[in-house]
Formats: sequence, C-alpha cells, structure tokens
Amino acid sequence: MTFRVNGVSYEVAPRPGQCLRTLLRELGWFGVKKGCDAGDCGACTVHVDGRPVHSCLFPAFRAEGHCVTTIEGLAETVEGPGLHPMQQAFLEAQGFQCGFCTAGMVMTAAALDQAQKHDLPAALKGNLCRCTGYRAIADAIEGQCAVEPDAAGASVGRSLPAPAGPAIVTGAARYTMDVAPAGELAGLTHMKILRSPHAHARILRIDTAAALAVPGVVAVLTHEDAPARLFSTARHHHVTDDVDDTRVLDTLLRHVGQRVAAVIAETEAAAEAGCAALRVDYELLPAVFDAEAAMIPGAPLVHGDKGPESRIADPARNLVAELQGGVGDVEAGFAAADVVHEATYTSQRVQHAHLETHGAIGWRDGEGRLVIRTSSQTPFLTRDALATLYDLPRAAVRVFTERVGGGFGGKQEMLTEDIVALAVMKTGRPVKLEYTRAEQFAFSTSRHPMRVGVKLGATREGRLTALALTMLLDTGAYGNHGPGVMYHGAGECIALYRCPNKKVAARAVYTHSLPSGAFRGYGLSQTIFAVESAMDELARKLGLDPFALRRLNVIGPQDEMTSAGGGAHDVEIGSYGLDQCLDWVEKALDAPGREALPEDWLVGRGMAAAMIDTIPPRGHVAQTRLMLAEGGGFELLTGTAEFGNGTTTVHRQIAATVLGVPVDRLHVRQSDTDIVAHDTGAYGSTGTVVAGEATRRAAERLAAAIREAGAARLRVSPAECRIEADAVRAGADAVPLAALAPLEATGDAGGSPRSVAFNVQGFEVAVHRRYGEIRILRSFHAADAGTVINPMQCRGQVEGGVAQAIGAALYEELTLDGQGAVTNASFRSYHIPAFADVPHTQVFFARTQDRVGPLGAKSMSESPYNPVAPALANAIFDATGVRLRAPPFKADTLYALLPADDGRRFHAPSSGEPESPLENAANED
Amino acid sequence: MDLNSVTAIVRPRARSEFAPPGAGDAILGGGTWLFSEPQPGVRRLIDLTDLNWPPLQASASGLSIAATCTVERLYGFDPPPDWRAASLIAACCRSFLASFKIWSMATVGGNLCLALPAGPMISLCAALEGTCVIWRADGGERRMPAIDFARGPLDNALEPGEVLRAIELPVEALRRQAAFRRASLTPLGRSGVLVIGTRAPDGRFALTVTAATRRPVQLRFEPMPGARLLADRLATAIPDALYHDDIHGRPDWRRHMTRELAEEIRDELAEGAG
Repeated sequence: MTFRVNGVSYEVAPRPGQCLRTLLRELGWFGVKKGCDAGDCGACTVHVDGRPVHSCLFPAFRAEGHCVTTIEGLAETVEGPGLHPMQQAFLEAQGFQCGFCTAGMVMTAAALDQAQKHDLPAALKGNLCRCTGYRAIADAIEGQCAVEPDAAGASVGRSLPAPAGPAIVTGAARYTMDVAPAGELAGLTHMKILRSPHAHARILRIDTAAALAVPGVVAVLTHEDAPARLFSTARHHHVTDDVDDTRVLDTLLRHVGQRVAAVIAETEAAAEAGCAALRVDYELLPAVFDAEAAMIPGAPLVHGDKGPESRIADPARNLVAELQGGVGDVEAGFAAADVVHEATYTSQRVQHAHLETHGAIGWRDGEGRLVIRTSSQTPFLTRDALATLYDLPRAAVRVFTERVGGGFGGKQEMLTEDIVALAVMKTGRPVKLEYTRAEQFAFSTSRHPMRVGVKLGATREGRLTALALTMLLDTGAYGNHGPGVMYHGAGECIALYRCPNKKVAARAVYTHSLPSGAFRGYGLSQTIFAVESAMDELARKLGLDPFALRRLNVIGPQDEMTSAGGGAHDVEIGSYGLDQCLDWVEKALDAPGREALPEDWLVGRGMAAAMIDTIPPRGHVAQTRLMLAEGGGFELLTGTAEFGNGTTTVHRQIAATVLGVPVDRLHVRQSDTDIVAHDTGAYGSTGTVVAGEATRRAAERLAAAIREAGAARLRVSPAECRIEADAVRAGADAVPLAALAPLEATGDAGGSPRSVAFNVQGFEVAVHRRYGEIRILRSFHAADAGTVINPMQCRGQVEGGVAQAIGAALYEELTLDGQGAVTNASFRSYHIPAFADVPHTQVFFARTQDRVGPLGAKSMSESPYNPVAPALANAIFDATGVRLRAPPFKADTLYALLPADDGRRFHAPSSGEPESPLENAANED
Repeated sequence: MDLNSVTAIVRPRARSEFAPPGAGDAILGGGTWLFSEPQPGVRRLIDLTDLNWPPLQASASGLSIAATCTVERLYGFDPPPDWRAASLIAACCRSFLASFKIWSMATVGGNLCLALPAGPMISLCAALEGTCVIWRADGGERRMPAIDFARGPLDNALEPGEVLRAIELPVEALRRQAAFRRASLTPLGRSGVLVIGTRAPDGRFALTVTAATRRPVQLRFEPMPGARLLADRLATAIPDALYHDDIHGRPDWRRHMTRELAEEIRDELAEGAG
C-alpha cells in the first residue's frame, strides 16, 4: 500500500494484523510511543488526515492512501519556521517530566478545539501521564509560561527548563526502545518469555522441538542454559543487602508469571509462536498466598531449598527478614498512658505504572564487550550484577540508559538485563526484550502489601508515652527489596515523633505471589499511612486538634531521632522546616473554601505529616566528571540516570552556579558505565543530594583549576581571578575560557552524612451521603526541601507524587485471583489517575537551607507520596465519622458504612469557621 | 497491538461477497477492542468498511444506525426537535471510558457485540427499545429487541456465522421524555451503574438498567409507579446474582446505586410530567 508519513511517501506491505504504531516505528518514527499497546494511554497518538487516533489500535492496512502525522512532523503542519504552537507551549510550561507520554499528549492537545480545551478532564481522558499530576500539562494547553531566564552564576533557585525539552516535544528524545536495527544492532532478534501458569510448580520437562521448528525461531533458553548462581533482582549499593534467591531460569516456579523459558526469534511474531509451541510438563505443588498463613508451621515453603548463603532469615518459616527493636520500655509507657489507641492498617499491592515498560536491548560491540541498553535507575549496579552473574570482568560489560520513561523504584531492579545478556551470549545476536503492559502489571514487581499494627499511648495532655509498631510485609515469591523496605519502613515514620518508649516488630514474608519490590517511599508510604492515621485517631480520642497533637510530639530541630534502634549515626537534622509546613497547611485549610455543595455532601478536613532521610543508609556513591572543552564549553559526565526526576536540569544549575557561567554552556552526558567510575543509582531520592553533591565538588575543583590556569596566563594570583561567563578576569585583563581548555575535574560523593526532609499534606474532601462518592475539594502540600534549586521542577515532583498517591489512596490495587494470578493487568482495569481524577494541589516550600545537602538542598522525589493516603483517610473520617484503614477508599465500600442519618455530622463547607474536632470526637465511638 | 496470528484480511464490498464468519474469523469494525487485547485464536479479519453501510438514516419511523456507524458520527447526529430522548445519544457517548480519539474509530455495532455491561451503546439502544437487524449465515435477515442482544459479558445473541447489520430506534421512543443517571468509581471512569428512564406522553414509564447488571434489564410501568413499587419491582427483576461483580464496582454497591438512581429518575420524570 501507499501512504504518507510527515510528508514522506512510503510503499509498504503491512502484516495483516499489524497496527499502525509498529509500522510507523519500523519506518523509524520513534516519536510514536508504546505505553500500553491497548488504546488506553494515548502515548502512541498520531494524526491520520489531521485527526488524532491511537495508532496502537489503528489497523495498519487502513492507512492506505492517507496522510499520517507524527510528533516529528507536527511542526510542519503549521506555517512558518520553528515548533508547532502546542510544542512551544509544552516547552514554556514544561508540561512533562519523563516525557514518555508527551508526544501523545502534544498530538492530542494540538487537535483540540476551543470547547475541548475548556473541558480538559474529558478531552484528555485518553492520555495518561504518571509523572506530572497533569497541572503542568494543563498549564501548557492553557498557554501559561513557567520557565524563567537564566543568569550566569545565579541559576540555582530559578525555574530553568529541562535541557531535554526540545527533544521531548519534537519526538527526538531517544528512550530505550527507540533505536533502529542497524549498525551494531543489525539483525536484531526479539525475545518473548513463556511464563508460569502456576503459583508453585516444578518443571519436569520442557520440549523445545516444536518451538525450534517454528520459522524464524533462533534459540530457546531454558534452565539448562542458565547459570546456577543465585542472585537478587534488587539492586543496592551493597549486594548483600538483598537475599540471593533468584536464578535467571529456575526449575522451580514460585509465582504465576515466573519465567519458564525464553524464545529468541527474528520477529516478535515468531517469538510468540515459539512460546506457544513450547511443551512443558509441570509437577504442581501446594502454594500459600497470605503472609500470615505463610508463617504457620507446615505452610508450603517458598525457598525451603535455600541455605545460609542466600542470607534468608529463616527459609523454614518463609521469613525473608525480621526486625525487633526499640528504645525505652513500651510496657511502662503504655502503663503510664491516659489514653491508648490501637488498630491495624493495611496497604495494598500497587504498581509503578511508569509509561515506559521494562525492557532492554543487548549486543556485542566491536571489541566483543557485552553491551546492554536498558531502562534502569541503576546502570552501574546492573553492570556489576551482570559481571558477577556471568563471571565476566566489569570492563567486559557496558550498561547504559538513554532517556528513561519513568521509574518510581520499579527500575531499581534487574528484571530484563540478565536474560537479555544470556540470550546475547547464547546466540551471538543482538537481542531485544520489551515488556508488554500486561507483563508490566502482572509479572514485574509491585509495592509491598503491608499490614501495620500501631499502638499509641499518650497522656491526657497529648504527649506520647509509648509507640509500638508491628509490620507484616508480603514480599512475594522473591525477596528483592524485602529486607530494605522492612528496615526503611520501620524508620522515619516513628522517628518523626519524640517518644521515650518505642518498639518495632517487623517481618518480611515469602508468599507464592508476584514479587514485591522497591516503590516510591520504600516502605514508608505504608507505615506512614498507619502511623498518621493512628495519630489522627488518637487526636480524636484526646479531643485534640490533629495539628496540635503533631506540634506536641514531633521532633524539634535539636531532638534525637529514634526508631527500631537509636538514631542512625549519620542522620542529622540538617535543616528544620516542619514547623513552617504544619503552619502553612493549617492556615490554608482554615481559609474559606470554594463553593457550597448540595446537602447530600458531607465535608471534612484531614492532614498528615511525613519525614524521610534524604539518602539511603550505609553509602551511596556518585561521581561527576566536569570538563572545560575545546571551544570554551563544558561537558558534564555523571552516572545518575534521568527518568523525569529533573536531575539533569539540577546538575547543570549546580555546576553553572559554582562555575559562574550560564547553564547553556554545560552539556550533560549521563548514566553510562563508560563515562564515570561508579554511581550507585538514581534511587532513594539521591539524584540531587548525592549525584548533585558530586557535581558541586567537581565544579568547585574545576573552577579552582580554571582560576589557576587563568592566573598563570594573566600573571596574577588565582585569588584575583573570577570566572565571568566566557572568560577569566582579573581586573581589566581577561583570558577566554576557550584558551584554557582542556581542563578536567572529578567530584565524588559518598552519601554521608544525611539529613531529613519533611512533607505535610492537607485535604478538604466531600463525601456523598448516599453514593459514598469521595471528592477532593482542596489539596495543600507543604514541603521542606531545603534550598529549592529549581522551584518549577520541585513543584512538579510534589504534584506528581501527590497525584500518584491519590491513585493509591482512591483507585489502585493489583488484585489476585486467589491462585496467585493478577486479574487486572491493564489500564482499563487498573485505574491510574487521569486528568479528571487529580485536583489542583497548592504547593508550599519551607524556607530552609540544609547544612548537609549540596547548596542547601534536600531530596524531594519520593516523599510527597507518603502523607497523602492518611491525610485522605483522616479527612474522610472528619467528613463522615467513618474510619477507613485499608486503601483504596472507594465508594462501593464506603457507601455502606455511612450513617443513614447525616444530620449530626453535616456542616456547611468552609464557612470560614474552623470546625472543632472536639465536637466530632464527642460524637465518635 | 499487533495481532500476530492474523494472516489474512477480507474486505467484502457487498453482501454477495460476504461469506459468513467461521472459526478463526473476527469481524473488524473499528478495531478498537480487537486490537486492544491479544487475540491468539484469530486468523482472519473480515473488514466491514467496504460494505459502505450508510451510518445514520433518520426517517419518519425513527433512526437506523448501521453497526459500522462510529461513535463520533452518532455523537454528531442532529435530531429533529421533537426527538426529546435523543439527548440520550450524547449522554451515552460521553459515558465511554474511551476518549474522543477512540470515538472516531469505535463503532456502535462493535460496542453492542462486545456485550460488556458498561457498553454505553447497549444502554442507549436498550433504553430506546431498539431493534437489532442481523444478517444470518444463510443469507437472510432476522430482527430481535436490542434489550436481549447482550446476554452477559462478552456474550451476545449472534449465532455462528451471523453479523450485526444495524440497530433501529423507533420514533415513538425517541419522542419520549428521558432521564439519565450514571455512577462510576472514578470521576470520568467506566460506568458501574447506568440507569435511563423514559416517559411516553401517555404516561408509560420505562426504566432501563445497564452497567450495574450482567445484561440489560428493563422495567415497564403504566402509569408512573410510586417509590415503593419501583423499588419492589427492581428487587424482583434483578436478583443479587444478576448484579455485575468486577473491579469497577461491588455488586451490593451497584444494587444500592441502581435503587438510588432509579428513584432520582422516577422523581425527575414524575415532576416533569404533563
């Protein structure tokens, strides 16, 4: 057939069942993204004869005779040079973070008429963004400008645009799969994985003959091809932080969806057909799906075959890790309490749902090295893990990422690279593995489901006398991140409170479910939901305002932070803005609200506080190399990956500020094991505070070297020299930077000491008395991020975190069928927040400067997620008197709990009179 | 997504070229569902496009909607002023979880054939007492009430070899007064409950429940019932097991909301009577 794409005429023969999306990508139009491949997310939106369609649903053969426009050709559809106005608008408002959804978002927005632009919740139903919370996208479509101009040497504190912006809005940015099968990738093969249909089974036999006979099938990988070595898919600075319980391909299957075998073929279709042709005999084994049941003697064992070398706490009890600790004497503390509150809070299994699914491409480079191009937050740790797994020298492996389409912790794992590497080594061919959206949902990792018991004791004045926390984590079939999430989850949620007696008892337990892993907040979102809900319940019992109870008990700037043990030795309160955060949210909630609602709506307010260590414990390293290059520009090489967290922008701002030059002089290259010595990874909110610190140090050194070199030329002392934009000046004399090149400096950061960041969330909600429907009327978030290096980006991190957490609080839950299989592995059944679901959140930044972080900055990427669910639960209670202790909070359960007669609880919304929590408390229980 | 098991497409231009679908065949309307999920059993696509069915035909007897009419085309339909119930067309189109980008491809017939409880074209055609026109495998044609076409999730009333040709909405229904209510667990999400009431000038009242139930349920009253009678009839007509149970709403909530919304509709139409 003949059709045109962006003005280019093509004569092609699409496959009968092919969709337009894959045809366009085969033709090299990589701006067309695969987010879901099912018509739900809109990342693949293109125009056919000017009308927007989801190209993943559009039968390719129907493009015959039509004109297709992709993001790459959008600018050509309008008169004049430069970008399409909508591309320009997305740049000016910075309406993106990772940018993976942006092409589809821009293509959709560019096609909206005026009426649709006035009803964005409906108009953008077909476009999902997981990063931004949509505010910046709305700003773009409404024509708001968020970016500020740069000033040489003073770029910190300004809302400068992301350097990748122009490439993102034009579709030129390259994500993991955006590479043509040419050059070293010529002859690219495709991998598909046959996955276990059983939760617990032994592979008796795999007959590969029929699969190998499928035309196009190149190889089949089974456990016989895999190394015997055990590892963990989790990536940490110390490999011993995780349990070694995983094989690349195992004979024992411990969850539905575990790899059984992999087929490598010339096409995806042949690989699929090969998988379908594999014949496997299984011996079915009993399985356990509940963490409590898994600990009962006689329960089926998930890793009963493992020895001490795996570092599993007790394989005979399905116990991955266990923590008992505390300070003081909680029994005495409870005895001294006037009021005791005790309850259990449950957090569900949720998926990261980054728009770019997991995937990797592997090949051998010209020197014979194994090269992995991947979608990872930890390219260096993955390089190390591959070297260990396959007994290769580190230098024989290169791992890199280009732009990564979102992470949220999900990519702090080696989920694809290990088997891609094996396939490359077995076939000698380049190999690509790209997860489908269904695989992403059902067979990757999730947040740890957690059952958290909280017991609080307090004096009648409201001072905490004792605090006991019990945690039960369902780590699933593999222990990746199980111990880490358990330890971290037990920390800051209670370290936030000054209480002499604390006790923690935590267990992470195996079940035959899909593996839980790292997820934004790393355990804290679950425990903070529990503790902050419990604090609210305690406040009600005491007749105290929730803000007042917090102020009585939160740590002050001089207090020691204690949890399971004493304070971690290298954590200090490098700056303290919690008081500002509490004050601001309280004031915002007290201000009059918007509109009065019909009488069926019950209105209430709630808040929650959160604290997080700015860096993970026990070391987190980063390195930055900074070079003054020929021509006078700077090259900044850093290991940390960019997946929408905005660190590339921040690194440029830090370096430019220290060097005294405009940011556009700095060109950043990153996340490639070839360019710096090491980088622990972009996790634990470290992109700014660790990698940024490495950049700051490199910049200080390079600035000193430049001044020295300039001084030598100008025959003055370095102290007399200053860098001014493009030259070194001393008095009236100057030498151009270009004349001093090349110069290079390296900065290293080790991730210690660490500080703490604070977040406070407040909501006003309305609950429909008859329907149980929950509406967020107002949302306020205060964050103490220290020096805010880029206010626009930092606000975006907060808004995105709040939006993602609203999803987990109100909508999201991966559901299992009772036999370990996920039943809602699509965006249609697993609802992540769309434009219509996310309220405007007003964001406040505390005015603090941290003495630990680079230029006074603290981390602000995971933490905004953490106080959202409890603040919502607390607001719902305030509105209705119903206490919800297990998200997601949905109308279909809430309606039945609502009091039939609302009269006693109803109050007019936001009359300006602060309501008295005492009155509510009097009515309660 | 690519349907890699598909090896052929047929594109009949007239009924004479249309061979009844058999094993491994899938009827391709807009493709918006077909291409959204793996279809390992499908070998051949029968594309209806070139049959060139006129999408919408309004006449004195009502509105005939071709199965291949897109949602977008239907949404843009400009009804005669006395077709008061035609307001349901836009309301039902807006009830799609999918956006306007899907409406330009998705077909009315496709939505009916999918037979999902939340299919809003099912709600529309059932509430307006439409008739499904079906091409039979033997070359003939048969008709059946739209209310009976969707039998349960992914289960329609087509016999092997049959294809849905059109849905005819009678003018009598289009001229009624109508009321519409919908509930979803998310602000613009998939319908968990969709209830439509129509009231004829002679006082007859029909209540059509979709989304909440595994298949459409219609109750007819003459004259307008009181609140108690309506609730009783709902309880009798919809046993608990008929309420749909999936991630988009628990069955007890669907039952509760059906009652609430039905009563709101009764109230609205009783008020507006005469």
